[in-house]
Amino acid sequence: MSEAVIHEEHHDDHDHKPTGIGRWLFSTNHKDIGTMYLVFALVMFFIGGAMALVIRAELFQPGLQYVDPVFFNSMTTVHALVMIFGVVMPAGVGLANWLIPMMIGSPDMALPRLNNMSFWILPFAFALLLSTMFMEGGAPNGGWTMYPPLTLQLGNAFPFLIFAVHFLGISSIMGAINIIATVFNMRAPGMTFMRLPLFVWTWIITAFLLIASLPVLAGAVTMMLTDKFFGTSFFSAAGGGDPVMFQHVFWFFGHPEVYILILPAFGIVSQIIPTFARKPLFGYESMVYATASIAFLSFFVWAHHMFTVGMPLAGELFFMYATMSIAVPTGVKIFNWVATMWRGSMTFETPMLFSLAFVILFSIGGFSGLMLGITPADFQYHDTYFVVAHFHYVLVTGAVFALFAGTYYWLPKWTGHMYDETLGKWHFWLSTISVNVLFFPQHFLGLAGMPRRIPDYSVQFADFNMISSIGGFAFGFSQLLFLYVVIKCVRGGSKVSDQVWEGAHGLEWTLPSPPPFHSFTTPPQVTDATAHS
Amino acid sequence: MSDAHSTYFIPEPSRWPIVGTLALFVSFVGGAIMLNGSGFGTFILGLGVAAIIYMFSGWFADVIAESIAGKYNQQVDVSFRWGMSWFIFSEVMFFAAFFGALYYARQFSVPWLGGEGAKLLTHELLWPEFFADWPLMVIPDLEAFASSLYHEVIPAWGIPAINTAILLSSGLTVTFAHWSLKKNNRKGLCWWLFATVLLGFIFVFLQAGEYIHSYHELNVKFDSGIYGSTFFILTGFHGFHVTMGATMLMVILARSIKGHFSEHNHFAFEGVAWYWHFVDVVWLGLFIFVYWF
Ligand code: HEM
Ligand SMILES: [Cu+2]
Repeated sequence: MSEAVIHEEHHDDHDHKPTGIGRWLFSTNHKDIGTMYLVFALVMFFIGGAMALVIRAELFQPGLQYVDPVFFNSMTTVHALVMIFGVVMPAGVGLANWLIPMMIGSPDMALPRLNNMSFWILPFAFALLLSTMFMEGGAPNGGWTMYPPLTLQLGNAFPFLIFAVHFLGISSIMGAINIIATVFNMRAPGMTFMRLPLFVWTWIITAFLLIASLPVLAGAVTMMLTDKFFGTSFFSAAGGGDPVMFQHVFWFFGHPEVYILILPAFGIVSQIIPTFARKPLFGYESMVYATASIAFLSFFVWAHHMFTVGMPLAGELFFMYATMSIAVPTGVKIFNWVATMWRGSMTFETPMLFSLAFVILFSIGGFSGLMLGITPADFQYHDTYFVVAHFHYVLVTGAVFALFAGTYYWLPKWTGHMYDETLGKWHFWLSTISVNVLFFPQHFLGLAGMPRRIPDYSVQFADFNMISSIGGFAFGFSQLLFLYVVIKCVRGGSKVSDQVWEGAHGLEWTLPSPPPFHSFTTPPQVTDATAHS
Repeated sequence: MSDAHSTYFIPEPSRWPIVGTLALFVSFVGGAIMLNGSGFGTFILGLGVAAIIYMFSGWFADVIAESIAGKYNQQVDVSFRWGMSWFIFSEVMFFAAFFGALYYARQFSVPWLGGEGAKLLTHELLWPEFFADWPLMVIPDLEAFASSLYHEVIPAWGIPAINTAILLSSGLTVTFAHWSLKKNNRKGLCWWLFATVLLGFIFVFLQAGEYIHSYHELNVKFDSGIYGSTFFILTGFHGFHVTMGATMLMVILARSIKGHFSEHNHFAFEGVAWYWHFVDVVWLGLFIFVYWF
């Protein structure tokens, strides 16, 4: 136990890892904690995916086939909660843990013990949530948005749902505080803010969004809890409150939340595209400002989720224009990625393929978002499969594809082995084709009026639903290939160099592959030449 | 800068985070079982809370020991400062949710139920007798909530005004304590801290008296409509934070008596003082928007 303080003089012998289960339970190491986050996200990805397949199996044909409607509703609700809070957010934090210290030139995160707790809360919070599947009255089934009064009618699962949300919120806030403290305070000499890799920038801003929005969600669900058990009337008109008030408070959190999910993905793609285009990122500064403006604007658009719920006209208009204005900084980002590739000497390894697919398919999601943001149009689209198509384009082909890209990109750095490129490409093509078969027809279903969150549908929707379900199963099973590629790479493979990718720049590529237990014990001096941008 | 970078401090693997996680988990499970109507849950909740207290004392004991052993450098100090500042910001946003609910109720839901603006039909169809007013003395549906008629609400210029004066002066006394600390005047530090803690507990005591008064005489309760709901959730969470803050100040007082802080090295003191000021500012918001206007 000699290494509480790491001195420069003996940085050769510091690489002794704790052993046994204690290494993981008591860890204060950013890499171990990052690994746990990523493994957890992968496990939850398959749990949430299984639920999605239950949904798609039921919707394969019109009529009720396999599950009862209440269970179906639990599946849509819990699938969403698992994917958002159990997959995309933890995977993003896992990447942040692994990469931020290596990218800014520090030995670890600023608050390592807090870091440990932010991770370990997750499995326990999901134990709370998933245990409700076995309770009287079933798992939460009022939608992941938890609107009252429907969600107030939940059985024994209700307080477990609320406390799971509180617990997850505590984890995210602690993780976010840690990330901000790390970036503000642990940068190597010369690593100025405008030299930070874009991934780090997107994470500072995401962390800010987390700290500003998750407490509001905690407040919203706390009021639900008191409405249910202590007779308050926040969301009951009979006592002078309003169920719509919940929606306002929820979406004040909810819209920033969708940017919490996507900003780290923007960061990942902004690291990968320059590497494989062999050109520096086009418009680095405008990328930073665009990210910050998106985050800022995201606090003023929440009611675009509530256009049809009843709002004063001024509100409808304000939120329509505010929503549309987000397309401007988002467009800046898309054009910058394209301009980075313009006349680059591009190669198409798996991370790049996923990043390219990200740029194109995320844009489709952005466009459908714009359509939804037009108030009168949304009166038609709201609560239909068009919304489902929209958010799956931004979340699956957006956030999840970026996470795949990031995994392939940094896996060789983490493990020291190259992954199987052929299988990686197979994974890419299978995923990209099947995901479009899965979600593209849902646009048509939505425009034709098929409502979301209903286990049965009118026969005119049968064909597209069948196509969508086929795509769903193909996409789901393709992910087993991803699991296989990752496991294979962790267990062995051809050794990689420190730089791994010919065009890669930045501090993380100056460390050995795999990197030492504590990333930088001697701070590197960063100059314009060694900075990533 | 370069000084701060020549050595790094990374804590040893620690069991406190996982103990804390388990403690919270047990509390949540116990709380949920209790709310679902089983007394056994209360027992589990009690265990969980005890474990949380155990975790806090153990974790902070480690941190204090490390600090006293001189393991912390300037960089660790700054990390703690960022951590505490952003934690306080998250607390601000937590209160913002309830202030938002208050604003919405006063500005929208209550007037709408009274038929304001385009909501005439809502009023006519639901509760045509309802009269929109704030403080809301008579709620729309008298049958829906247990106790619905208030006689009176707590006026701003009684105890709440005194409590405002108390909290504001406690903000001053904690600042005097800080000045004493910076002048290395330990006696001054301890006495001013003691005064702050005392003021904090007097505040809580008076507030508790107000609660009893509203429950027993005014009939304003948590479950008596939106006025009581917003009133008690805001003042209740605030009172809880005052209690936590005063408890933290007591720890700081005990450490000051032991001679833990020096004029240059006293982050723990400052962190708690920031927290205390935050609690103070929230109270001002409460006094203005809950009691006064
Ligand atoms: C160009 C930017 C975007 C615009 C203009 C936009 C607009 C909208 C609108 C208006 C809705 C509400 C539709 C309705 O319920 O009728 C919506 C729903 C949704 N959006 Fe977006 N969006 C954008 C980007 C994103 C991103 C980046 C994400 C996540 C990564 C996202 C995730 C979602 C989700 C999850 C929902 C559905 C929430 C629910 O009701 O369950 N959106 N979007
Ligand atoms: Cu939104």
